[in-house]
Formats: sequence, C-alpha cells, structure tokens
Amino acid sequence: MLVIENLHVAVDGQEILKGVDLMVGAGEVHSIMGPNGSGKSTLAQVIAGRDTYQITAGRILYRGRDLTELSPEERACEGIFMAFQYPVEIPGVSTSYFLRSALNAQRKYRGLEEVDALDFLTLVKERIRLLGMDERLLNRALNEGFSGGEKKRNEIFQLAVLEPRLAILDETDSGLDIDALKVVADGVNRLRSPERALVVVTHYQRLLNYIVPDYVHVLAGGRIVRSGGKELALELEQRGYGWLSDEQAIEAVAGQAAAERAG
Amino acid sequence: MITATEPNYSFAAALAEFESRLDGGRPWLRELRQAALARFLERGFPTTRDEDWRFTNVSVLQRTPFRPAGVCDSPAQRATLLALPWDVGGEQLILVNGRYAPDLSTLSAENGVRCGSLASALATGDGELEDHLAQYADYMDCSFVALNTAFIADGAYVRIPRRHVAERPLHIVHISVPGEAPSMVHPRTLVLVDDEAQASIVESYISLGEGTSFTNAVTELVVGERAQLRHYKLAREALGTYHIGTVQIHQKRDSEVLSHCITLGGGLVRHNINSVLAGAGGHCRLLGLYLVGGDQHVDNHLRVEHVAPHCDSREVFKGILEGRARAVFTGRIVVHRGAQQTDAKQTNKNLMLSGEAQVDSKPQLEIHADDVKCTHGATIGQIDRDALFYLRSRGLSEAAARSLLVYAFASESLAQVEIESLRRRLQRELADRLPQGEFLEALS
Repeated sequence: MLVIENLHVAVDGQEILKGVDLMVGAGEVHSIMGPNGSGKSTLAQVIAGRDTYQITAGRILYRGRDLTELSPEERACEGIFMAFQYPVEIPGVSTSYFLRSALNAQRKYRGLEEVDALDFLTLVKERIRLLGMDERLLNRALNEGFSGGEKKRNEIFQLAVLEPRLAILDETDSGLDIDALKVVADGVNRLRSPERALVVVTHYQRLLNYIVPDYVHVLAGGRIVRSGGKELALELEQRGYGWLSDEQAIEAVAGQAAAERAG
Repeated sequence: MITATEPNYSFAAALAEFESRLDGGRPWLRELRQAALARFLERGFPTTRDEDWRFTNVSVLQRTPFRPAGVCDSPAQRATLLALPWDVGGEQLILVNGRYAPDLSTLSAENGVRCGSLASALATGDGELEDHLAQYADYMDCSFVALNTAFIADGAYVRIPRRHVAERPLHIVHISVPGEAPSMVHPRTLVLVDDEAQASIVESYISLGEGTSFTNAVTELVVGERAQLRHYKLAREALGTYHIGTVQIHQKRDSEVLSHCITLGGGLVRHNINSVLAGAGGHCRLLGLYLVGGDQHVDNHLRVEHVAPHCDSREVFKGILEGRARAVFTGRIVVHRGAQQTDAKQTNKNLMLSGEAQVDSKPQLEIHADDVKCTHGATIGQIDRDALFYLRSRGLSEAAARSLLVYAFASESLAQVEIESLRRRLQRELADRLPQGEFLEALS
C-alpha cells in the first residue's frame, strides 16, 4: 500500500530524512520508533503532505501513485489519515461541523452521496461512545480548550469516523494516562482490517503493548537503522536507544575514515 | 468673517439655509445649534497632525461641497425601501436622509415606551430633551459632534421607562439616499434607558445608490442605575459613503452595556465609541468586527473612562482585511483618580488576507488610580498555516479550509450578537462574502 524509497527530506535547507526505505502492506501494522529528533514526525507529516518539508530525493508511492503529485486534501480523500502529535485548536468551528464537512468532502471525491445531518449524528454518536468521550465535545469548538488527552482522543475519534485506508498515528500516546491509552488503543484496534494499514510513530514501547505491531522499525539520524518484529520494541524498552547510537557512531566513524582514505 | 474662500464656508452656508427652513424651533435648541456651529467653525476638520486623526485623513470632507440631503420622495425609491428586509424580530424606526419615515416604520407603543421621531418630540416641547440632548456627546471636544449638533432637526428618540423590560429589539434604520451632487446627513439618536429598565437596540446605517455622501452620526446612550442595554451598530453603507459616527455611552451605577459595532460597508469609516462609567459597579463591553477590502478604510477609536470605582470594561475588536484595505484601532482607557478596583481589558486582533492591507493598532492606558487591573493586547497575523494544514489533511480543499478559518475568526465576534435573527443574517452575509460560502451556510 505504501512504498517509500530512498526518501530524503529537508526543512529550511537542513536534511532531516537521509534515505528512508519502508514498505507497508495492506492489513499490516508498522511501528516507527526512535529517539527525539530522529525524524519520526517529519516522516509522518511528509506522508500527510505538509508543505514545509522539501523532498530532495527519493519517492513515496501510495497504492502505486506518486504521493508528491497530491495535495494534502487529495491524500485525505484517497484514504490517508494522520493523527496529529499536536492537534490544532480552531476556535469558532464546532467539532461536529468540521468532521461532517471533512467526511462529505471525502465522500464527494469518491463519488459517494453526502451524509445528511441525521445519519451523521447517529454515526458520530456511536463512534464517540467507543472512545469514551463526552458527546458534548461535538458541539464545542474544535480542540479549543481541550485537555491534552481530549485532543488525542479527538484525533482517534476522527480516525474512527473517517475510516481511512492508511492511518498514521504521530505520537498519539504522549500525554495520555494509562486508561486513556487503553481506550485509544481499543479504538484503533477496532479499525484493524485486512484492507487497512497502520503506521504507529512513537517514542515509547508502552502503546505497542495495546496496539501490537507486525513490524518495528527504528529511525535514528534520519535513517531506518534497524527493523524487526514486535520483540524489537521490547528490546528497545529494556536497552533504550543508546546502544543503537553507539552502533551508529561506530558506523559513522568508519564511514568518515573510509571517506578520508578515499579523499 | 466668513468669506467664500473659507474652507468651511459650505457648511456655514448650508446651515444658514437649513435653519431658514426650520420653523422657529425652541430657543434652547437654536442656541445649541449656534454654539455648536461656532465651535465647528473655530476648530474646522481635524487633520493628520491631530494625534487622534493621525492615521485617518478626512481632508476629502473639507474639499467636497456637501449639501444637506433632500427629501427622498421618489415613489420608486420609496418602493425599494419598503421592499427591503429590516425585520430583526421587533419594531422598526426608519429614517430616510435623516427624516423620520412613518410610512416605512412599524412602531407600536409598548407600555410607557417612547419611541419615534426626534423632531416631533422636540415639537411637543418635551423638557426631558433639553435635559439630555447633547449633554453627553460633547461638541466642544469633537468637530464632527459639533457639526452634527449644529444640524440637529430630526432623528430617533427612545426612552425606556423605569423597570420596563423591552421584550423585543428595536431596529433604527438610517438610510441615506444620495442624489447626483454630494450630499450629507447628520443622523441623531438619543436613547434613555431609565433605572432598572432593559432594552436591545440595533442601529443600521445603509445607503441606496452609489453617489457620494457623508453620514455624520451621533448616538447618545444613557443607561440608568441597574439598567441594561444591548446596542448593535451596523455600518453597511455603499463605498461612496464617508461615515463618521460617534456613539457616546453614559453609564450610571451597576448598569450593564454591550455595544457591538460591525462594519461591512462604507468607503471611509470612523467610529468614535466613548463610554463613561460614571457610577460604581458598571459593566461595559465594547465589541467590534470589521470586514473590509478594496480601498476601504475603517478606524475604530475607543475611549473608555472609568470615573467611578468597581467598574469593569472589555473591548474586543476583530478585523479581517483584504485588498488594499486599511484599519486603525485606538483603544484608550482612562482610569480617573478614585476609580479603584477598575478591571479593564482590551484586545484588537487582525487577520490579513492580503499583503497590501495595513493595520495600525494603538492601545493607550492612562491610569490615575493605584488599585486597578488593566491589560491590552493586539495581534496582526495571517491565516495560521498549521490550522490550514490540519483542515486540509482531513479532506477540505484549500479554499474551503481558508474560508472556514476566516469565518471562524469572525464568527467568534458574531456569536456575541444576542438577537438570533440578526446573528443568523450576519453569519449568512459573512458566508456569502467568502469563497465556497455555501459550504459554510450550515455553520450558522
């Protein structure tokens, strides 16, 4: 479903991703882990179409199409959803109005009929219950004055309503207490299906106890330095990221030495 | 001596002509007009060297030979006016070119409420008018108030008696119908809300046709002890109109006032909004929204005077600017000696949709008491990129996302309009002005 090849990404001339390769198939759950500043969020945002990042080399294919040709809204309509690490507060727009507009924009793009207010209400009320959220949040301005946990739940609630093909969770676990984490994980697990793929970006292994990944990748220094099964997450939990950077440091020194020799 | 080269000659001449057509009138009123005219001729129009007018150049008013607008009696124009939707769910007092228009108005006498033409109240020799008219908006202080006062003849006069709670809003509509030559109107409104009474008043300023005109309005709002007033001023004249308006609020003990000034039209617009908190425990909320584009210029000039202790005031003005529009905001809060426990807060937020629009925002605090809380803040910014990306990442087109953010910015202010039919109408109008507006309709 998603193929990333030798992806290089820069922001303001500074390279953040330095050749990322990743393949995510339908029905799979991948976790991208890594220390702070490793480029995890950049990767998530580039897939969603954030234009502050420049792709300097490589490509991203989604269902066989080059994603860079698509605007963020087209990507959403094609079924890509990113749960934001820092959801934006939008005063003056109710959560329910916003979500209905988004759902209808996507349905229109796919040639489906728009949902009317009543059907929409039935749908959102069902989904909001699954996430243990207060129905009154629907009438409040989008994320305005929401607690950190409410904002994160609201992202997963949107995910549950929009039902994307490819969902990317960007540090959804940060700021959630253990009960909220379980609720959010339940919400996400309910969406797991053979047609859908999930990329979970996280710093900690904790969330992966509840959303069990098929593959774990470690991103460090702008590159995927290690990939494995779910055991890799446990290993990272026990040993931290330090040992990886040691290995990387050795690689880097070796690389530099080689370059000097060549020079 | 006034000569033909005297720049303000046209106003003096216009007034002489105007007075000759009035049949006598009260001596006190005649004296008032003369004194106001003398003051105006002495001061003339302000220039940009005047600190309060630094960013708003009104020299065009001096250069243009405005004549008092005539009676609008063309049947076609009357018919157009009759067909316009004024209804905000209450009574309507309609003035055309400054004159009360009984055929367009729908007034019914609620218990003890006075509501009607200022001219007829003056004609019946009401002593209360002498006590109140021009007693709050000081013509010594402001040339435009002086000019308006010099031309007092008709307008709107409202008095809500003690303890009366007006059930429905009153809509005062000031219509100017410019002729071929530049014309001027000096609308005058006096509202007295007596002790413990409550009322809601909408003032709309509109114009019919595109001719050059000058609206110089003065509204005095006098709010008694424990009384409540909601006042909405909608400025939506055509681009050929210069609108200079003063809203002068006088608040007694424990009174509560909301005055919300919404600017959607007019070529050059200046609102002087002054509030005097004269009695302890008063609450004053001054809100504003301006939505301007093209070459429009809007200047909101506020002055809140905390004379008595234990009062609070809030000023929140928001603006959206497109094209080469220019906005000016001045918020002056004066805390007098003895006005302890004052709580005053002022905010001005501007959303710039074009690189050529310009804003000058100037808060001014003048504090002569030592136990007060005063804050101010101003922001000038573009559409938030993070918010735009967030909305687009959910499937909204860029145009729809932009419109939604602009709409949301303005609707925060419109949400404070408590008259539902008016709020909805304004929201709809706002949506219509934005790309993809139909998509926003469901929001209101």
